[in-house]
Amino acid sequence: MLNAFLCALMMALASYVPRAVPLIFCRRKIKSKFIKSFLYYMPYAVLSALTFPSIFYSTGNVYTALIGTGVAIGLSFIKPNIALVATVCVAVVFGFGFVF
Amino acid sequence: MVGKFNYKKGLIDGIPICLAYLAVSFTFGVEMTSLGFSPFFATMISATNLTSAGQFAGIKMIATEAFFLEVFLAVFVINARYILMSLSLSQSLPEKTSTLKRAIMSMFVTDEIFAVASSSGKNLNFKYFWGLGTLPYLGWTIGTLVGGFVNSILPVSLQTALGIALYCMFIAIILPTAKKSGAVCFCIGLAVALSCALYYIPVINTLSFGIQIIISSVASSVVTALLFPIKETEEKEKEEDEEVQNA
Repeated sequence: MLNAFLCALMMALASYVPRAVPLIFCRRKIKSKFIKSFLYYMPYAVLSALTFPSIFYSTGNVYTALIGTGVAIGLSFIKPNIALVATVCVAVVFGFGFVF
Repeated sequence: MVGKFNYKKGLIDGIPICLAYLAVSFTFGVEMTSLGFSPFFATMISATNLTSAGQFAGIKMIATEAFFLEVFLAVFVINARYILMSLSLSQSLPEKTSTLKRAIMSMFVTDEIFAVASSSGKNLNFKYFWGLGTLPYLGWTIGTLVGGFVNSILPVSLQTALGIALYCMFIAIILPTAKKSGAVCFCIGLAVALSCALYYIPVINTLSFGIQIIISSVASSVVTALLFPIKETEEKEKEEDEEVQNA
């Protein structure tokens, strides 16, 4: 049990340190055009890498996940509202879950 | 415009994340108790970590009696992507934001909160971010507690359908900008290609999830930044777009 608590403490540290160090110590605005460009593109890159290919396995059924992905992309083109897109996709995946 | 990004707006923008977190953390609570941990231990982990992939990996290692340094290293590698996110947030934050406020904000940097916060562009401030983190944090912690006590309230079919919610949010966040900027499209395409390659190519796919994400996102943003350096006007246009979108 002691080991479990020690491990839990390690997990908390390993979750907090990577978040806190840049936020606390990076105060000056970055001047370099390259780093600015890098940071401009980075959020899109991280979010895309997190989404693909993980989204295909997110529902435990590749077919419903593919349909959900299609709906998410289509709907985001028309109406990019986070809550709306997420809700509609879950409903569609839930519905198709009975088909496949 | 800055006045609009207050605590209340943060709370409202956090509602969809909170709902998604309830479902995911519920699953986490169920899994932890089935591994033999108490619901309170599970809740403590969620309250101090607030991260999905890292937590799932960490508890599996604790369950197999791993050495504590090993746990630290594995969770750190999975969470290293937060370095990039925090670095990006630090650039949008007003310089005079105090160390204490920055330390509090650091608690709430997650994939989803970062995604929403970064879409607020230069309007980002402590109060908005703090509001944005409040409900997801509560949702994540309470969801774990409930999941730990009740093995299953939601029908399995609904639980599995909820698994796609977070990814749909990500798509809704990146697509509007991708539609307008060819360079962002290129960056997204490259990141997806790299991430899929690292996931599917044998041998390479033994790399941890965290490392895969870091390699694909850093490589694609570096290449895009070298090929298409942003112009100052582009950055300004982006902010104006965001102001319109968020109005």
